[in-house]
Amino acid sequence: MNIFVCIKQVPDTETKITPNGDGSFIETSSIKWIMNPYDEFAVEQALLLKASAGDSTVTVVRVGGVKDSEALRTAMAMGADEAILVEAEDNLDSYCTAKALKLAIEKSGKTPDIILTGKQAIDDDCLQVPQLLAQMLELPSVAVVVGFEADGNKLTLKREVEGGAIEVYEVEAPCVVACNKGLNSPRYASLPGIMKAKKKPLTQHSLADLGITDADRRVVYSDFHLPPEKPPGKKFEAMDEGQVDSVVKEVVGLLRNEAKVI
Amino acid sequence: MAKILVFTETTNDSVKSVTLEILGKLAGHEIDVCSIGDIPTDGTKQLAEHGAANIHTLKGSGLDNYSPEGYANALQGFISSNNYDFVFAGSTSLGKDLLPRVAGMFDAGMVSEVTNFLFEGDNFSGTRPLFAGKCLAKVTLQGPKPHFVTVRANALGLPESPTAGAGNAADASVDAGTMRAIVKEIIKGASEKVDLTEANVIVSGGRAMKNSENFAILDELAETIGATVGASRAAVDSGYAPHAMQVGQTGKTVAPSLYIACGISGAIQHLAGMRTSKIIVAINTDPDAPIFTKADYGIVGDLFKVVPAMTKEFKALLG
Repeated sequence: MNIFVCIKQVPDTETKITPNGDGSFIETSSIKWIMNPYDEFAVEQALLLKASAGDSTVTVVRVGGVKDSEALRTAMAMGADEAILVEAEDNLDSYCTAKALKLAIEKSGKTPDIILTGKQAIDDDCLQVPQLLAQMLELPSVAVVVGFEADGNKLTLKREVEGGAIEVYEVEAPCVVACNKGLNSPRYASLPGIMKAKKKPLTQHSLADLGITDADRRVVYSDFHLPPEKPPGKKFEAMDEGQVDSVVKEVVGLLRNEAKVI
Repeated sequence: MAKILVFTETTNDSVKSVTLEILGKLAGHEIDVCSIGDIPTDGTKQLAEHGAANIHTLKGSGLDNYSPEGYANALQGFISSNNYDFVFAGSTSLGKDLLPRVAGMFDAGMVSEVTNFLFEGDNFSGTRPLFAGKCLAKVTLQGPKPHFVTVRANALGLPESPTAGAGNAADASVDAGTMRAIVKEIIKGASEKVDLTEANVIVSGGRAMKNSENFAILDELAETIGATVGASRAAVDSGYAPHAMQVGQTGKTVAPSLYIACGISGAIQHLAGMRTSKIIVAINTDPDAPIFTKADYGIVGDLFKVVPAMTKEFKALLG
């Protein structure tokens, strides 16, 4: 099987974000980059699938900046066989990202039997690329997947929707599957895995190599700014059990009469 | 003037309120609304009251359940035959899955989950949070039309005095085309409550809840005030609550009118996911917990004492 996993490199969730000087993006100089947390579930599912299907290649593809390519090396240290990097600016829009992924997959010469992704990237939170990529490749897609069973190329997938309800899908591979937390428990890269990853092939393209130009951009971002800070609120001391009732009474009263939310 | 379509989802007795928020914000434009499948009578009435000129109910075989391809084919056909410039939808589970695929069919751009927007002439300009709300940016669209936009629930708010539209309702027949990913079964969630992302009131528990059984005290408070229960990543990672309940950068971003954080210290990734809540109440034993910097009303105290007292007080107040 040709298993493709599309991953993204994003700032660590503990990162404090600040806009850059001209507001065209964020300040990236001191950021710690990690693999997008949802993509870890996609990589793990690819490795599980390879283990059960046998004779398969797991190729990880990433579109983004090259400052630090930890995400691809991490995926290969976890067990992916090879990697493709499409060098691009960090604030590329979803349309260009999906198009670059499509073209990079096609350029690899391998016909995908399945494409796994995270359900969303936690930097721009657009949740567009899996569906756009599927549409561009004319494949079906199932997103926010928390259950995955394969019987040959017949897949039974559980998609989580509102209120924790589950839609159970049947679909035949090839297809795009966007993974959610809870699908599996991503493995840690082992030390031998990390050593091996250094020798695994990493192919690099530019957007221009793939024929993607400024004319492909659909969404333009500007004026990155911080949300307004809230004025300080009111704080009540209720560590003594005797204070609890009066404090609660006061806060409930404020919610009713001052904030008018109850 | 731009020709605008708003895609709506229905509820048991009406339409999702994010649709009405979008209509309110679009007041002054000529707006059509469409749904796939029947709209309850109350929904049609509310759509008209909020400015819908034409209300189209799209019907075709194979569209009883959501299907990414079936819904996308149906919507694409309807949009093409009516030449819309813009298509709006709520950023719901369905909207998030459906709209990117339809945008892809038109090779067109889409802006996800704006929290505000305006039109300058026929040009759309939106504001959207990135990095789970740690920062905001302005977004505009270019390239082929129609342009697609999803809007976060509870962000725009309902209009105080909506402008009514003609509200002409009609059915339109659509073709679901080839569907390869098919829903075979729908398993209901444990909770029949409104989803966190659309909830107006949320009660959330953190690591200090200690175990999943203790979430019962949050359930009781939630029941009393009509809230949905959420959890911090610490609580989810400790196994006290399922991921579907997680609020934060690797969970759900929420914007309720009232957010009550119980035993949540306020890690940066949690604050990012709930900071746009209108009113935040924090209950924590640590007076220096970061959550207090975002709280409108902070209570330094033991949640196991404070929460039950609060439930009792609300019960007395709300009868």
